[in-house]
Amino acid sequence: MSSLDSAAITTHVSQRLSKKASRNIKERVIEFIMLSAAAFSVFITVAIVYILVKESWIFFQTVPLTDFLFDTQWTPLFDDAHYGITVLLSGTITSSVVALLIAIPLGTIIAIYLSEFAPFSVREIAKPLLELLGGVPTIVYGYFALVVLTPILQWFWPDLPGFSLLSAGLVMGVMIIPYVSSLSGDAMRAVPMALREGSYAMGATRLQTALKVVVPAATSGIASAYILGISRAVGETMILAVAAGMQPNLTFNPTEPGATITSYIVQVALGDLPHGSIGYQTIFVAGLSLMLITLTFNLLGYWLRKKYREVY
Amino acid sequence: MSIETETTHVPAPALKAEVKQLDFYYGDFHALKKVEMPVYERCITSLIGPSGCGKSTLLRCFNRMHDLYPGNRYAGGGIILHPDNTNLLSPDVDPIEVRMRLSMVFQKPNPFPKSIFENVAYSLRVRGMKNKTELEDRVQQALKSAALWNEVGSRLNELGANLSGGQQQRLCIARALASDPELILFDEPTSALDPIATASIEELLMELKDQVTILIVTHNMQQAARISDYTAYMYLGEMVEFGESEQLFIKPKVKATEDYITGRFG
Ligand SMILES: Nc1ncnc2c1ncn2[C@@H]1O[C@H](COP(=O)(O)OP(=O)(O)OP(=O)(O)O)[C@@H](O)[C@H]1O
Ligand SMILES: [Mg+2]
Repeated sequence: MSSLDSAAITTHVSQRLSKKASRNIKERVIEFIMLSAAAFSVFITVAIVYILVKESWIFFQTVPLTDFLFDTQWTPLFDDAHYGITVLLSGTITSSVVALLIAIPLGTIIAIYLSEFAPFSVREIAKPLLELLGGVPTIVYGYFALVVLTPILQWFWPDLPGFSLLSAGLVMGVMIIPYVSSLSGDAMRAVPMALREGSYAMGATRLQTALKVVVPAATSGIASAYILGISRAVGETMILAVAAGMQPNLTFNPTEPGATITSYIVQVALGDLPHGSIGYQTIFVAGLSLMLITLTFNLLGYWLRKKYREVY
Repeated sequence: MSIETETTHVPAPALKAEVKQLDFYYGDFHALKKVEMPVYERCITSLIGPSGCGKSTLLRCFNRMHDLYPGNRYAGGGIILHPDNTNLLSPDVDPIEVRMRLSMVFQKPNPFPKSIFENVAYSLRVRGMKNKTELEDRVQQALKSAALWNEVGSRLNELGANLSGGQQQRLCIARALASDPELILFDEPTSALDPIATASIEELLMELKDQVTILIVTHNMQQAARISDYTAYMYLGEMVEFGESEQLFIKPKVKATEDYITGRFG
């Protein structure tokens, strides 16, 4: 009786062990695949940074860093070459500011409305529509700016040139609205109902509850949404290449045409500059500058998220 | 179902509110059935009963919390608030007006993501109070009434969420007190707290009843017996028995109440 029992137990245990062993192998394979995927993406990132830094290093052998930072002209392809990044930076900043002046207020208002006020049916229709807005290829936005918005603006403002940072920036703002609204809307909807009830129970209205309780409770998510919006604006290329004119121009006046870091990169990358020339290397310094800017904002976003981590 | 109300030689205190023949639905679900209950002024009234019997549902009728969600329906009867005989559930009465007069403390402490000061000042700010010294006075007074001033008086600018659970709940009580409500609704205010924090909240409630009427939901019968003047026993959406706590816990009139309080009830 007892020997039979123990035999049964042994087979049972060995079965379990063998099952476990096969499960182990399976898990190891899956683990390995996941690790490889992660390692691959890290490798690519490191490789990109390496190339950017290496080419920029060569660039800075010829052009002193002070010239790069303080020169007020950007003419790398001319005989009298100047390499003042501020020229491109001014275009990037100006167009981004215009875009964010549109995207942040509108995106936030839309998010508050959809999360706190809109009836269920409206939200269900509006969300996919907004996502569609974010899914339109940016080249389409660029042509929209060039052939529709600019003529309309010129109607009110005849002096506006055919290419301008203003009209590119405005359209870029519209493009960024869904990024801001959907991320900050998610953050608001994640605010627990208990907080809203607490506010209503104190006699607050819907608007008071939304502005004084829900928005502050969602600060870190909303900040992330803004940072994403900023990164999108700084990195946007096609709209500016098409509608802003690609002439390097040190200006903070949005009604002028201008080149941004990104639009310069496409312009030069599409040209036929010989490898190893200094003009060719400007692509990499411009890329590195862009990456540093985006990195700064990502770090800022990370820091904000930590600082205002939701504590419900 | 008949409602047994104790009549004693001690004259009952003035009525603060009366629930009258109240029916309430969550969609098709009949959650409150012809509920009748008085709430006496400056007394503590407990609502007890097994889970799901409708205690929270009844409590949340008082400040029209149900209005926040679609599908909820007050289907008859009402809640009369004295002395002005306002029916709180009347469609002509603005729920915000109701919530201006009645305050609420929830099961889980839910301080706003704001400083201690702003948490307490919230109900005053939504009423449009701007005067800084007046706000400071009222906040201090509320924190004192909630027995929290000694612990937080020196750090009013810290986040409310940094306090301990019991302190957070007292902060929520201070928040509810700041606007001088006529009636405060408590929905199991100690169920998320440890025994020491619970004892301090119970003590606080007994002090507060001198200044405000209290209606409290609890699933802890000892707590109801300890702190409340009146107790109501509910079962399956109906009011089974209402009476002075002493009477209800010692010699209940309805067999079902007796079964519940003696633990014979599943
Ligand atoms: N939002 C809702 N929609 C539908 N039914 C609900 C809703 N809220 C509560 N109910 C139902 O109404 C009944 C009463 O619920 P209620 O929350 O008032 O119970 P309770 O007495 O407070 O219980 P507990 O002691 O568990 O808090 C329960 O049967 C519950 O399932
Ligand atoms: Mg409940």
